Formats: sequence, structure tokens, C-alpha cells
Amino acid sequence: MDYSIKELESKANDIRVDIIRMLEHAGSGHSAGPLGLADIFTALYFKILKHDPKRPDWDERDILILSNGHCVPVRYAAMAHADYFPKTELLTLRQLGSRLQGHPERLRLPGMETTSGPLGSGLSQATGMALALKMDEIKGRSVYVVCSDGELDEGNSWEAAMLAAKYNPGNLIAIVDRNNIQIDGPTELVMPLENLRAKWEAFGWFVLEINGNDIEAIISAVEMAKAVTEKPVVIIAHTIPGKGVDFMEHDFHWHGKPPNREEAKKALHELRTLGGKIRSEHQ
Amino acid sequence: MHLRHDWSEKEPIRKGFGRGLLEAAKFNKNVVAACADLTESTQMHLFANEFPERFIEVGVAEQNLVTIGAGMAAMGKIPFVSSYAAFSPGRNWEQIRTTIALNDRPVKIIGSHAGVSVGPDGATHQMLEDIALMRTLPNMVVIAPCDSVEAEKATLAMAKDKHPNYMRLAREATTVFTSPHTPFEIGQGYVFRKGSDVTIVATGTMTFQALTAAKLLANKDISADVVHIPTIKPLDEEIILQSASKTRHVVTAEEAQIIGGLGGAVAELLGEKLPTSMIRIGIKDRFGESGEPEELLKHFGLDAEAIAKAAHKLLTDHTNHAH
Repeated sequence: MDYSIKELESKANDIRVDIIRMLEHAGSGHSAGPLGLADIFTALYFKILKHDPKRPDWDERDILILSNGHCVPVRYAAMAHADYFPKTELLTLRQLGSRLQGHPERLRLPGMETTSGPLGSGLSQATGMALALKMDEIKGRSVYVVCSDGELDEGNSWEAAMLAAKYNPGNLIAIVDRNNIQIDGPTELVMPLENLRAKWEAFGWFVLEINGNDIEAIISAVEMAKAVTEKPVVIIAHTIPGKGVDFMEHDFHWHGKPPNREEAKKALHELRTLGGKIRSEHQ
Repeated sequence: MHLRHDWSEKEPIRKGFGRGLLEAAKFNKNVVAACADLTESTQMHLFANEFPERFIEVGVAEQNLVTIGAGMAAMGKIPFVSSYAAFSPGRNWEQIRTTIALNDRPVKIIGSHAGVSVGPDGATHQMLEDIALMRTLPNMVVIAPCDSVEAEKATLAMAKDKHPNYMRLAREATTVFTSPHTPFEIGQGYVFRKGSDVTIVATGTMTFQALTAAKLLANKDISADVVHIPTIKPLDEEIILQSASKTRHVVTAEEAQIIGGLGGAVAELLGEKLPTSMIRIGIKDRFGESGEPEELLKHFGLDAEAIAKAAHKLLTDHTNHAH
């Protein structure tokens, strides 16, 4: 189905609503990252990815790796909206026996391409996947990997960046969620990442920089990335952590906690009445 | 068990891996390999020269080594990833845990140059904790072949196994005493010598020492059952219990920390199912040091004499106790 940008924006808002409901119900989990990533995951699942929810192991599908596994509520919500599993299952997040583990596990949930949580290993797995496709001379399949900015503190990320540039598999697109926060505070205080663009360029990557909460920008960046074959491509997606919920936006304290009942009520009210357009309202 | 009678030939165990990998790659085009800047040392050069398009050189980056492997395995490849055991799984255990073991991907992790017999390089490079590290991981198979011929067979078996595997290899030339007809199956232990007074359970480089110890013991009219355990996990419990119930005395032998190693595994088994007097030969909660391999093995009590002495002590203590 071909969605309009407006429909995709509305879908992203529905996904944010589900993220809040899931986290409030679970009583633990991460709020800011998943909310900030809702537009990217909406664009991926409803516009960009070649996939089939009825055949999660379809051998022609694109691969999506979520490296920063703690943001998995956004992926669960997007997958449920894409009919990988019933939306009612979303409220089992983090419960005993649930397929929706606190951090994603491939073996539990069809369509979950890998198990992740400990940071810094997604880019290298994606690189391995992309290289395997290249070895088999398979065209028309892409490997996407979403990483957080904070996880770029991990050396494993840069080991992978070097390797991907060396072999240039030609089918690898990394998306860095540049939301500027991590558990202990702003990234530039915890461990400065800037000049992030120059870092990736120095490692041999082609860099695109976009507003990661702008669905149109996300889609056109991926189109552009697909046209670049001389280097692996990283899209530095500037996002607002907690996007769509006023009291969460930009506040690193919301990195690793869920809303309580009152907060969830307030957040849901905002999302339902403002549709996540807080900035435009403030402007 | 079709063991060789001639014990004059020696070859590093890792050489068998190199041959096995090349052979496996010829049978199966999905066999791929990656190495962290130790291609020739780990004997992966045979594969890399023959199949350059299926070989990835990751540089000195062991975390990347295993996670690239996890990625390739996800796409249907059977990746063999090699380095020294001190670095892989020494450096990258969490990546192995999450992306390979919990993820149940058939990555074949090869840790070469394990044990004190690495010699002059010293403690940093003498990996002794790898068995313990890998044995605690669910889904992981842990293999320590006793000579190059068995390493070759183990490599071929690993290429067919659908789960994560770890294989530890040694640097130094080791006596070749198994033959192409000696059986090997993942998860299977083998009685290499039949005896009735004492059981010696050994793995890796120490199995040959165990057989030699059995000869020494025979000179003193002590009959030793030598059980070779090439697969430390899953452990062939039955073969150990059978032997232990017959002899009631068990010596374990490995070139690794006895805490969490083969000695640990056998003690756990016997402690629960058949409490038996035992002595664990191996490294006893300390690090290695520089020296010549033979010298170090003797220094740390990892030779046939030490095993025979332990067996003797078990039997003597028992006799004294009984009287």
C-alpha cells in the first residue's frame, strides 16, 4: 500500500501512542529514544523496506537491524501496525513468556532480525549480512541498521565502520539516531561525538544529514543513499528525544524510564490532541 | 579406537584445523572465514588462498570478528572466525554471548594458541579461561581436539553443525596418535585405553599425556581407563559415569584452569550423580608465565608424570583410608 506523507505522519503518531501505552503498562523501559525514532520506523516499515509481514523470513526481503535494542518498543509498535502480530500483544511487553522481551530476541519473534541490547554490535552484524549478500552476488536487497548516537562510544561500532568502508558491500545503509542524549546526560558531556560527520567521513563513509523527525526527509535520504554506491552510507538523523510529548522532549532523564499512569495520561492526551506537533504549536 | 601405535610424528593441532576448513569449504560453498590479523598463525591461510572471495580480513578487531560472523551466519553462511584464544573469546565474550549464543547463530569460533604451551609469549597470551568462559554459554558447543587429525575431523563436523561452536587449538607440535579411522562425533567421549583401577578423563593436548601416564601406571600394575573428552560441552556424561562407577577414582587433565574447565565439568557431574574421589590436573587458579613449552608443562604439573602421580595418590589415599 502506498501511503501519503500525511498518512505516514498519522501512523507515526499512532505508533507513539502505542509506545506510551506499552511502557506505562510494562512499568519499565525506555521512553525518549523510541518516541524520537517513531518517524524513522514508520518510514522504514511503511515506505522503505521491502518486506512481507506474512512471510517474515522471505528470502528477498530487506534486512533491518536495530542495534540499540533498548529502543525496541518503537519497532514492536511498528511491526504490530504492519500486521506482523496482533496489536493486543503490545501490552505483553516485558512480561514473563512474552515474545516482546525488554530487549529484542530474534528467536522469540518472527521478523526480528537479530538479538540486541548490549550496544555497538549492530553495525558489524549488518556489515556481515551485507558482505554475505555481496559474496552471493545478490542484488536488490538492502541492509539497514539503526544505531543510537550514544552507542557510538563503543569501539565495536568503529571497527565495523572501518571494515564496511574497506569492503564496501554496496547495500548497507546506517541510520544514526542523533538525539544528543544518553543515560548519564547529553552526549557531548558524557563523551563528545562531534565532529560526528567528519568522523564518519574520515572512516570512509558517505554522510547524509537530515531532520530525523521529518518523514519526507527520511524517505528522500534513503533514496539518495541507494544511489550512492562508491561508499557505505550513513544517515545522521537528528531527532528530538521524547518527540511528541512536551515534558519528555530533550530531557535525558526520560532516556531509561517509563511514564507512570498520570504521565502516560498526559502524554496520550498530547499525542491525541496535538498529533505530536508540539514544535509547531510552540512556534 | 583405531589409535596409532607409532607415536613418533608430531604436528601442531591447529594445522588440522587449516586442512579441515579447506576441505569443508570445498564441500560447502556457504563455508566462509574471517580472521583478525592472524591468518597464517591460525592456519586460515589455506582457505584464504584458495577462496579469497569468501575470506574477510577484519584486522586486529576481535569484537568485529565475531559480530561480522554473526551477520554472515544470519544470511545462511557458516562462518569460521579465528584468532588467538586470548583475544577470541578473551576480548569479545559479550558479543559472542549476545549475537551468537543467545541468537543461536552457527558461527564457528576458533581460539588458537590456547594453554601455557604457547610458551615464551607469557601469561597475556596463554589463554587458560576459555573453556570456562564458553562452557557457561547456553547453545554453545566447546571442543578441544587432542591432535591435528582429530582437529581436522572436528572442523568438518563443526561445518555441519547448526549451532554455535567454539574450538580451542594449541600452537606447539603435539604427538599425532589418532588416525583417520579414530571416530569423532560432537558430544561424544571415547575410551582410548581400557582399565579398571582409575579413570583419567582428559581433553585437548592432555589426552596424549593421559595415555602416556597410563603406560607409566601399567608399569606399577595400575590399570587406567583413559577417557578422551574432545567435546567438553555438551559433556558425554554417560561415558564418564560408566568409567567412574567401575574405578571409583577419577583424575581429570586439561591445559586450562580447573575452575570451570573440564575438571570443573566432571566434578559437577560426579558431585551430583556419583560422588567419587578425584584430583583435577590443570592450572590451579593462577596465571602462566614465559618459558619454553615443555618446561612450562612440567613446571605447572601438566605432564604424564603429574597425571600418574595423581592417580597413584588417589589409590594410595584410598587404601590408607580403607585400612
